[in-house]
Amino acid sequence: MELKNMPDLCVKIGGLVLKNPVMTASGTFGYGEEFADFFDISTLGGIIVKGTTGSKREGNAYPRMAETPSGMLNAVGLQNKGVDNFISDIYPRIKDINTNMIVNVSGSTIDEYIMVASKLNELDKIPAIELNISCPNVKEGGMAFGTSCPSAIAVTEAIRKVYHKTLIVKLSPNVTNIAEMAKAVEGAGADSVSLINTLLGMAIDIERQKPLLSTITGGLSGPAVKPVALRMVWQVAKAVKIPVIGLGGIMNAADAIEFMLAGATAIQVGTANFIDPAVCPKIIDGINDYLIRHRNNNVNEIIGKI
Amino acid sequence: MKVVSNKNLNTKYFLLTLQPPDNMPVILPGQFAQVEIKDAKNTFLRRPLSVHDVDYKNNTIKLLVQIIGEGTKKLSEIKEGDSLNLVYPLGNSFSTSGADNVLLVGGGCGIAPLLYLARLLFEKNIKVTTLIGGSSESDILEADEYRKYGDVLITTLDASIGEKGLVTQHSVFNSDKFPYTAIYTCGPEPMMKALARIAKEMNIRCEVSLENMMACGIGACLCCVVDTNEGNKCTCTKGPVFNYKELKGWS
Repeated sequence: MELKNMPDLCVKIGGLVLKNPVMTASGTFGYGEEFADFFDISTLGGIIVKGTTGSKREGNAYPRMAETPSGMLNAVGLQNKGVDNFISDIYPRIKDINTNMIVNVSGSTIDEYIMVASKLNELDKIPAIELNISCPNVKEGGMAFGTSCPSAIAVTEAIRKVYHKTLIVKLSPNVTNIAEMAKAVEGAGADSVSLINTLLGMAIDIERQKPLLSTITGGLSGPAVKPVALRMVWQVAKAVKIPVIGLGGIMNAADAIEFMLAGATAIQVGTANFIDPAVCPKIIDGINDYLIRHRNNNVNEIIGKI
Repeated sequence: MKVVSNKNLNTKYFLLTLQPPDNMPVILPGQFAQVEIKDAKNTFLRRPLSVHDVDYKNNTIKLLVQIIGEGTKKLSEIKEGDSLNLVYPLGNSFSTSGADNVLLVGGGCGIAPLLYLARLLFEKNIKVTTLIGGSSESDILEADEYRKYGDVLITTLDASIGEKGLVTQHSVFNSDKFPYTAIYTCGPEPMMKALARIAKEMNIRCEVSLENMMACGIGACLCCVVDTNEGNKCTCTKGPVFNYKELKGWS
């Protein structure tokens, strides 16, 4: 039997080397451990752990989730135990997972972002943070920073001063011109941008005549948002020089490849983890098979072909 | 998993018997499965369904399901020999020790997780009584199965079978000699809250199985939380069974 040359799946994001382009999206994969029963999570290119804030947050009231056609709305609202608990309780458990463990950072004020990022900067086994300026489910901060260029620049510049490893900024799709936002944070020192966070949406129970979410509005994810996400990734990839991480409704390898053709250097799998907790290795295998079928020796050959 | 049988109990409920390709893991009473629904246009997420019964000898599990929306309707159409993808077993369980005379209370399809529990309690020589409530006779499911493990009491709103009224209006609660040392229940939340109040008055243990809407089922998405004395907890991993005393607004 003729041995096939296995394609090289390795990609680079700032200072990060990813063994393959498949990462998991923040808020959909816990701290990774939750999925360890389903597959070897060290085979992932990276894991973006749950959004972490300066102090403990209980998140929003139940109901926080509503199913919609080809997707779901969530309004979790950054429930987490705060950065100090992350460092003392969670970090020791996850630091030796053999992949890029990246922390998603959020806050209500620039000072809170700075405090979290400074503390994470000291952790040897956290090689990058993803700055969440796009959470639609908190009253203060979150998306407010990510929907105007001056505030996105202000928070990114502030973090760049205190965070010396790879800085990814997660962009909101709830803007008129996402390419401008991407260029703004690139200019402020981001090493990479990831997009899209969820699209602001809502759903109503017509019999009870009440919204389905306690917060009325929430963030839409899943296949329903994929065409929008893909378009935005394509626009951003054309506009910036830093690598783009694409996400939004990726359910399988074909979806992931679409994002890469549109210009994403890496991708994140989010809501699909809920439907199939072992979907990520299937996506990695599918990308590998695609490259063999298209006679590509290196995954970088397909990035941004559109 | 292979569908061994799909039995329609009536127009609203069906009973699935499923067989995994490998030996089943140990399943605890009260645990659930996340069931994938295929080819349903508006059903995107898995459906969390209680394990109704477990048969290790034949390597099968049963799910008792109520047709509510498109997802469960689609599931009701599954045929013998078809395959179904389950993530299981998930969640915690009811207690099977610490009480010697247990009242199980199921409202409608809420009896689903109580059959396996009834059998395990019976096998441990714990006295079991099952109280089943529904709107009408067609909501009283599998009563004969529960009779294998102890007495069965029934209430219906239209008095078509058993006593008339809600489960909490059953005469067993008016008796001077309420013999039970624990109540384990699953069903509509107002029913379970009313039972929790009774348990508090009687000073006996009460465990309730919640049915919060879930996305992942494994504690990652934090969508299915319930407000507890220790803050928001995931129903999928810290529940679905809770002692009512843990839950805010229940006691």
